[in-house]
Amino acid sequence: MAQMPVRPTDPASAAPAAPDDRGPGRRVRRRRENLAGYVFLSPWLLGLIGITAIPMLISLYLSFTDYSPLIPLTEANWIGLDNYRRMFTADQSYWHAVQVTVTFALVAVPLKLAAALAVAMLLNRTMRGISVFRGLFYLPSLLGGSVALAIVWVSMFNRDGAFNSFLALFGIEGLPWVNDPDWALSTLILLAVWQFGAPMVIFLAGLKQVPVELYEAASVDGASGWRKFVHITLPMLSPVIFFNLVLETINGFQGFTSAFVLSNGTGGPVDSTLMYTLNLYIAGFVDLDMGYASAMAWVFLLVIGAITVLLFNTGRFWVHYSDNEER
Amino acid sequence: MRQGAVMRQGAVMRQGAVTVTRGQALRLGALLLILAVVLYPLVWMVGTSFKSPQEIVNNIGLIPRTFTPGNFSDGWNKFDVGFGRFFVNSALVSLMTVVGNSVSCLLAAYALGRLRFRLRGVWFALMIGTLLLPGHVLIIPQYILFRSLGWVGGDWPYLPLLVPQFLATEAFFVFLIVQFMRGIPRELDEAAVIDGASPYSIFRHVILPLSRPALVTTAIFSFIWTWNDFFRQLVFLSDLKDYTAPVALTLFIDSSSESAVGPMFAMSLLSLIPVFLFFIAFQRLLVEGINTSGLKG
Repeated sequence: MAQMPVRPTDPASAAPAAPDDRGPGRRVRRRRENLAGYVFLSPWLLGLIGITAIPMLISLYLSFTDYSPLIPLTEANWIGLDNYRRMFTADQSYWHAVQVTVTFALVAVPLKLAAALAVAMLLNRTMRGISVFRGLFYLPSLLGGSVALAIVWVSMFNRDGAFNSFLALFGIEGLPWVNDPDWALSTLILLAVWQFGAPMVIFLAGLKQVPVELYEAASVDGASGWRKFVHITLPMLSPVIFFNLVLETINGFQGFTSAFVLSNGTGGPVDSTLMYTLNLYIAGFVDLDMGYASAMAWVFLLVIGAITVLLFNTGRFWVHYSDNEER
Repeated sequence: MRQGAVMRQGAVMRQGAVTVTRGQALRLGALLLILAVVLYPLVWMVGTSFKSPQEIVNNIGLIPRTFTPGNFSDGWNKFDVGFGRFFVNSALVSLMTVVGNSVSCLLAAYALGRLRFRLRGVWFALMIGTLLLPGHVLIIPQYILFRSLGWVGGDWPYLPLLVPQFLATEAFFVFLIVQFMRGIPRELDEAAVIDGASPYSIFRHVILPLSRPALVTTAIFSFIWTWNDFFRQLVFLSDLKDYTAPVALTLFIDSSSESAVGPMFAMSLLSLIPVFLFFIAFQRLLVEGINTSGLKG
């Protein structure tokens, strides 16, 4: 474990160095290594082709058809761009799903990262018991994605749930939050924020790398705590913030389990928790409209790809990599 | 154990009262408050799973006035197939996934990380590309493919869940192990090559033993992720007797009457215990694991 890099690594720089190839018997050895490479790679290659690449192509083809699992694949009708046209112009609930998903990601991701950073900064100064706190704060990240926890969460925000009992202590009469179209998504956002432990651990590791001398020098110059945060902590932490932002954004767009549990698979109440992936699931596996669902999947893929590229491009303007950062 | 740790924390503060500044005390207080909020849902879940239907509605306290262990037997036998079966199914899928991921990702990582062969750069780039590929995009064609092979609801209902794991499609673990292998000194391979060792024996005698920490991380996260996974299991399992615990838990939502809440909580609690035990046993490793790679829970 000790040899593992502590810092998240930029995938682009991760291509391993080639071994040295000088010496006798070089050609024989290289041929042998070439063969061995493909022997070791073969399960992965098979997966890449059979489980990833071919299904992707099938999915692309299906998105131009009206395929349903009730008919053989060969009898699916080619309907051109109809699925895409329907998605963008005719299908109300599709746009609703887009809106729900974007709202979820735009609210949950910043809140989660802010909570993670705030708690990490509190923890960073506390020397004793840090590993106990760190572990306990991380626990929700391990449990929070499960059906079991989603069930508990939904019950907690029910009419008779723990949250309303808490409000009652202050004489406030709560709502049945999970059944209210205006509030249901907020409870899911809260569940996502509750799992701030994973990015927090990464922030903590990042904070440990910030040289103490920077803060000391700033203190000598009379900088306030806030100024130190804005001018030292944030810039020094920006690679880690960026890493967390990319990861959490991509995850945020793919939320499924909690929305499924809250709405019993419908996206309700009144489509208020109709996350994109849930909508896709309903189209494909409930309505059995797999051609249409494939079109949704491809748009999803392209949008996620575009967002990732966008994040990487804007990252250039605010992510600072210091020179001594190589591990 | 958890409470003990928190109390120890408090004791330390009191003993060292002279050296603890006000800022530190405030910070610790804030942390304890946040911790209480964060842990509350978990404690509430444990309490509620022992409450009677009346108490679930009336008693807002965490601790039930009368313990109702009957929730567990009610939940266990709630459906035509007992929950024991669902847990065994979940364990089977999770353990087989651990085996599949560990073996196949290790092999791929050795090739991509240590060997030199034609097009390696291309394959490496493709592997990185699949890292960010959302699984939801592939689910429909995979479903069609596996169904046409007779794998969905067939004699081996878990093939659709397991075959991809034996083909190293979890690129994340390939990446993790490649990263780890980069830290193993090249000199070891080179010395073995001079001794006439083949790539296979280098793998067997040098890389495999040294990669154990990365394999342990892969195994733990494979288990936890698969145990918690819902989407794929929901799609590919069609027969009640083949259901895994998460899929079975959703059956409770259908029958979500007041009397079903206790049993539903009891089974939810049971289903989280394996992950919790992993957390207790491997806490340090898990936390270091996410440092390496930003693993999600």
